Amino acid sequence: MALNVGCSARPGNARDNKTGSWRTFRPVFDNEKCNKCGTCMMICPEVCISEDEEGYPQVDYEFCKGCGLCTEECPKDAIEMKKEEK
Amino acid sequence: MADERPEFFESGHRACGGCGPALAGRLIMKAAGENTIVVASTGCMEVFSTPYPETAWKTPWIHSLFQNAAAVASGIESSIKMQGRDEKVVVIAGDGATFDIGVLCISGAFERGHDITYICYDNEAYMNTGIQRSGATPYDASTTTSPAGKNSTGNSRPKKDMPAILAAHGAPYVATASIAYPTDMMKKVEKAINTKGPCYLQVHAPCCTGWGFDGAKTMEIGKAAINSGLWVNFEMEEGTVTKVKKVKRVPVDDYLKSQKRFRHLFKPEPKTEEIAKIQAIADKNAEKYGTDIVPKN
Amino acid sequence: MLQIMEGSHAVAEAVKLSRPQVVSAYPITPQTHIVERLAEIVADGELDADYICVESEFSALSSCLGASAAGSRVYSATTSQGLAFMAEVVFNVAGMRLPIVMTIANRSLGAPLSIWNDQQDSLFLRDSGWMQLYAEDAQEAMDLHFIAYKAAENHEVLLPAFVCFDGFILTHTFEPVDIPKQEEIDAYLPAFNPYQRLDAKDPISFGMYATPDYYQEFRYEINAAMTRAKKVLREAGAEFGEMFGRDYSGLVEEYRLDDADTAIVAMGSVCGTIKDAVDEMRDDGKKVGLLKLRSFRPFPYEDVRTALAGVSNVAVLEKNINIGSRMLGAVGLEVKDAVYKNGTPVYSYVGGLGGRDIRRKDVKMITEWAETGRNDCFFGLREEVL
Repeated sequence: MALNVGCSARPGNARDNKTGSWRTFRPVFDNEKCNKCGTCMMICPEVCISEDEEGYPQVDYEFCKGCGLCTEECPKDAIEMKKEEK
Repeated sequence: MADERPEFFESGHRACGGCGPALAGRLIMKAAGENTIVVASTGCMEVFSTPYPETAWKTPWIHSLFQNAAAVASGIESSIKMQGRDEKVVVIAGDGATFDIGVLCISGAFERGHDITYICYDNEAYMNTGIQRSGATPYDASTTTSPAGKNSTGNSRPKKDMPAILAAHGAPYVATASIAYPTDMMKKVEKAINTKGPCYLQVHAPCCTGWGFDGAKTMEIGKAAINSGLWVNFEMEEGTVTKVKKVKRVPVDDYLKSQKRFRHLFKPEPKTEEIAKIQAIADKNAEKYGTDIVPKN
Repeated sequence: MLQIMEGSHAVAEAVKLSRPQVVSAYPITPQTHIVERLAEIVADGELDADYICVESEFSALSSCLGASAAGSRVYSATTSQGLAFMAEVVFNVAGMRLPIVMTIANRSLGAPLSIWNDQQDSLFLRDSGWMQLYAEDAQEAMDLHFIAYKAAENHEVLLPAFVCFDGFILTHTFEPVDIPKQEEIDAYLPAFNPYQRLDAKDPISFGMYATPDYYQEFRYEINAAMTRAKKVLREAGAEFGEMFGRDYSGLVEEYRLDDADTAIVAMGSVCGTIKDAVDEMRDDGKKVGLLKLRSFRPFPYEDVRTALAGVSNVAVLEKNINIGSRMLGAVGLEVKDAVYKNGTPVYSYVGGLGGRDIRRKDVKMITEWAETGRNDCFFGLREEVL
């Protein structure tokens, strides 16, 4: 199959690369503590935290690298990093 | 409340966990929107976001070389103007591409007055090639080409004042921002893009791998840089500083101690003379921009 | 109707007729008269283009790259040090498959500094992926621009092109040229139809990086496109001939080669001198002819092999020096490869560097050298270095 002329690509297919496999710790959210401020969604470098139907954050673990930035920045301490079970 | 604006920077990129520049890229694109053509320089962000055939970019994106993004942007702006199109042209380049190797092209593009926005994500060294010092590396930072050693306390020169250089070109809008303050940063991106003429935005984007800190602390380090006075968030319009982020400044020590690149200043024992020199840089910044919150009598 | 004009101005007219939307160039001798004239043409409203006055050749080609990627036909011109300075972008443009046309006013490369002609500058970018066409006179220089755009923009090719013509010898001399009418060129060279472009309505990522899993295949495809360019160039040259009466269907041109024993091979303006020398040698009863290379990239080795099939000796007149190679000249290496299976001896004779005049007597001398089997060498050297 021919390559794309000029080393080009259609947008969005970085999603083929499932970076969730990098993770050793996973963020676990406590909706009891969460005030839905949106900080975690805004600052995730992986763009993998979105809002669920009730406005709480939900993580796409296919891409979450487990960096812990959301946990560190959460003003309500509502996120905990838990070691991934092998 | 989640920010409702759509994302144009996609999951699946290969940046380190907690990467400041990746967050910068995401926030820039959120603010810039879909009618944007991105011009990238060679560097970390280019490499982690576009290994063929996988791209993280959802708006038109082009990469040519390390040092020519401003010139490539000039040509794109010229072309779309001639075609009667209205996309915004935004360069996203690292500090090496901006402060060092790309200065010729940037100077030319700004002097010619192209309607482009040039955004430097500043992680204060050549990170893609393995943490070598650039003109943006702060004083005394240890990098792989400015290592601390028996006869060295790290990088021997202070950070180049790139915003002043571009303001001197007559840029209508020059600003600094930090990924640690996303809302402020995105406002500045929007302002730069919507200001006619060549605008420059320099975004502090801490690099956990290059600076030596835990990726969970990226935002915290960004805030600490501002609280120490070693990074100043400001806006310049038509060459005049119009807005500065005021801070209750703290001594530089804690900021330095939190990063491996400055650890040699404290071990085996504190190099007080060097720390004092860095404190003097922060003091000078605070005085120059008037960042200090002065308690009322 | 023929008009007398400077070679540089003839090229500027060709560019005007090709209707680039963006022109970006940096002045350098002896290219200046082209870009000055183009600036006037744009300033007078004769060409609706954005003329970017860049701060360097590096930005000249970089801005052309951006404009081409955004969907415009673009133009630049340079030479010598300027071309060397933009070399990194030269490779990049070809790799990104952008059909940019750039005039090279051929000039030597320093040091020592010299503003005068040879063909070292374009030839050192032999492997860059740009087509390289060489003109003998102002008319050919002009016409090759239309052909270059047409071939470069063909979606079977999508490679950039140098149109090379000799600095001062052609750029600064006045010759009669036939200037096509705009409507004729519009019919020959329709508006630019980019293969792909940067467009917010249909986004692509362009110029990504390739891992070892892909890089080699990208280079393979550039080479395959260059091979296809031979046919496309021939067809574009033939179509030009049908429309304008000047046939460029050949990537090489033979002059009195039919029954020749010795062939001289050369590129560019020196072919005019060689033709005069050939005529004189023919008058003296010598069976000698000229093979002019119009295209160096793609290199038309089939055409060269066919044209030289009947000759006993080949003298390649080289206005470049391939330092460290036994063969001395870059052109000779290609010619030797082309005729290798015929077993014909091919010699590289290097001269005319840095603007040194090449005269008919020089041409006669190297013809004799080839006939007597003299090894590859310089000609016309000052005696003190011998």
